[in-house]
Amino acid sequence: MSTAIKRLRSFVGPEMTGPLAALVAVLVIFSIASPRFLSSATFGSVAFQLPELGLLCLAMLLPVLTGGLNLAVTFTANISGLTLAWTMFYFGGADAGPEAFALGCVLALAVGALSGLIIGVVVAYTKAHPILVSLSMMIFVRGLGEFLTRGGDISGFPDFVQPLGHGSIIGIPIPLLVLCAGVAVWHIVLQKTKLGFNTYMIGSNIEAVRYSGINTRRVVMLVYTLSGAMCAVAGIIMLSRFNSVRVGHGESYLLITVLACFLGGVNPFGGFGKVLPVFVALIVLQLLSSGLNLIGANQHLATAVWGILLLGVMVLRWVATHFTFLSHKK
Amino acid sequence: MSADASLNVSGPAPVLSLRNISKTFGGVKALDKVDFEVLPGEVHCLAGENGSGKSTLIKIITGVYQPEPGAEIIYDGRTYTQMSPVIAQAEGIQVIWQDLALFPEMTVAENIAFQSVLGRRPRLVSYSKMRKIALEALSRLGVEMDVDKPLRDFPIAQRQIVAIARALTGEAKLVFMDEPTASLTQSETDYLLDIVRMLSDAGVAVVFVSHRLAEVLEISHRLTVLRDGKLEGVYPTTDLTQSRITELMTGKSFDNVVRATPKPDVKPVIELRNLSRAGEFSDISFTVGQGETVGITGLLGAGRTELAETLFGMRKPSSGEIVLDGASVKFSNNREAIDAGVAYLSEDRLSLGLLQPQSIADNLVIASLDGIRDGVFLSERRKNEVVSEWCRDLGVKIGLPEDAISTLSGGNQQKVAIAKWLATNPKLLILDAPTVGVDVGARKGIFDIVAKLAESGLAIILISDEVPEVYFNADRVLHMVNGRAAGWFSPNECTLQEIEAAVYA
Repeated sequence: MSTAIKRLRSFVGPEMTGPLAALVAVLVIFSIASPRFLSSATFGSVAFQLPELGLLCLAMLLPVLTGGLNLAVTFTANISGLTLAWTMFYFGGADAGPEAFALGCVLALAVGALSGLIIGVVVAYTKAHPILVSLSMMIFVRGLGEFLTRGGDISGFPDFVQPLGHGSIIGIPIPLLVLCAGVAVWHIVLQKTKLGFNTYMIGSNIEAVRYSGINTRRVVMLVYTLSGAMCAVAGIIMLSRFNSVRVGHGESYLLITVLACFLGGVNPFGGFGKVLPVFVALIVLQLLSSGLNLIGANQHLATAVWGILLLGVMVLRWVATHFTFLSHKK
Repeated sequence: MSADASLNVSGPAPVLSLRNISKTFGGVKALDKVDFEVLPGEVHCLAGENGSGKSTLIKIITGVYQPEPGAEIIYDGRTYTQMSPVIAQAEGIQVIWQDLALFPEMTVAENIAFQSVLGRRPRLVSYSKMRKIALEALSRLGVEMDVDKPLRDFPIAQRQIVAIARALTGEAKLVFMDEPTASLTQSETDYLLDIVRMLSDAGVAVVFVSHRLAEVLEISHRLTVLRDGKLEGVYPTTDLTQSRITELMTGKSFDNVVRATPKPDVKPVIELRNLSRAGEFSDISFTVGQGETVGITGLLGAGRTELAETLFGMRKPSSGEIVLDGASVKFSNNREAIDAGVAYLSEDRLSLGLLQPQSIADNLVIASLDGIRDGVFLSERRKNEVVSEWCRDLGVKIGLPEDAISTLSGGNQQKVAIAKWLATNPKLLILDAPTVGVDVGARKGIFDIVAKLAESGLAIILISDEVPEVYFNADRVLHMVNGRAAGWFSPNECTLQEIEAAVYA
């Protein structure tokens, strides 16, 4: 048994073992509990629900790797969505053309990136704790958005926006494709570029990184800017999924993004963690809630089960390290 | 064991005597049938390289680890087959660990008294009682401190005192000190040694673990040497010299020779012209040529590290000029300095020099990422090449390049840190306290590398507060006092004692 685990570990990488094990467990348990679980309907619903949370989770991941946090992810997504919505309204609302949509997306990305950049600048220069800085940003963006929308929904977009949220290309939902692209980009940035390298290093010890001749402020600012831009992508997808924008959409995802990162083996203090295990962890969470839904459990209970799962993961992780400790000593 | 013959048999009974202590970890014998004895009121030094079993022995005495069957611990006339931390503390065995295990955010009084207040009934905290305990413990040491101030306001030497004071709140009969002087300046060390003497006079036995052999000779009455988990022998310190201790610890003999050679007409690499930085150092002028090693020594706070960081572009000089390769330079950050060929090995390897949790490979390439870049992407293959190349060249023993750097010994860590800077292809290498936390045996390896680098034409500035290091390894030695150049020495033309006399004057 232990050799099998070891072999699995060396094959998929140590970070991947936990999330994959959880994935297998969820698949096995629910396919026993409900014969309808292993069906295209389940996977269809997962495929459409996963992207919003997934994109926000990517936005959360980079700051977490530096030992920080971006609590403004959901509201940054909202305000970016609003930017897109207003741009389309400016060009005629439901009659706006694709150019207006394209321009709106660019502006949305710019707004998201700006929100991140502001957090990054403050964190990098004042060395204030990212929790406080991003919390302040979250409150600012939320207040601004609610003021501008008077707390209401904004809807009425051109018809061609719909497929972005609901359409499929060769059977794969477009939002899922966007998420996969995001995962791929993040994976490459983190594993292959100087920025990614420095992101991990800063998460371990920012002063030692500075002493190694790396402009740590620049890296921190870039990390939060990218985080903000990824929020904008999430905001655009959310707009097309709901066909409306409201400040507060996806608010409940905020802490789930943090927890999904940790479920995916990311070190809560920064420095370690990879994108793909986080992606698998997200699938686990989504399958879990779909599965519970299928066997008739209450939606709120699903949330509670997420919490229990994450607590369980932490205990298991402790047990695992305890066991390796024992086997080393004996 | 044979060297133990000189032990005074008719003297007082030992306060602690261990027989036949063995301990195995994962198939490795950390301790192999070791005997150890401490007399009342004695200052006893426990010497040995890292991994020789010193810490394991201390942990067995204090009950953290249990020895293997057959062991016997006789403490204060009673025989135990094993200790437990509770018994050890209750019976007056105290340990001051290297990291002190203090609480920086709490007050001095809380730090000193918490052990004697905690766990007692009534379960209420009386701050006035804590203050009283703390003041009493401090006055036993003849020290005055503001016990209401948080500990973080005090320098490391004072914290050391607090740790000792805490050890004295219990009726200590036997105190272990693990590397107590590692981060202290000379005057602070002297102060600490005085306190150790005072404890010894008061009948408290002190077991002293230190890498600094001069201190060991100065303070201890006897010395127990461990090597590879075995007892090498017990010696009265009056018969020993530093080099003899090193020999005993490593099993090899080291002859310290002055490496300085006159280097006329070398091409200057860096020239400092009246370099000053307000409040830190002033009017420093010197030149380091190709293949030359300039040593800088002086007490902590002499401005050495500040000077080094100024050359490295991390601080800006307030006046004066730095000339690198014939051109005046003004760095606005250390990246510019690195690109211009200046490398700086920080004195604080643990928190500034290396990223302890990260891998050996990543630590080695972090300062020279452009060297492993393939277009916009970093190349894993090039990284591994660079790492294996440097590890081979510098003789670094590593397991896997992906292992955390913290798994390496101090000496090997320092070699990786040197490789990290060599990978930036420097012209000038500034080494700030390169042997801190490095075993005596491994120090020579570091200086062999430094000598080879100098031979290959690198200009080197070697900063150390251990005078012998600069004396034996530098061509010229600058003595700094309060940020000023107090004098120059040529190791070829002076003795070690002359420099030491100047530094510790």
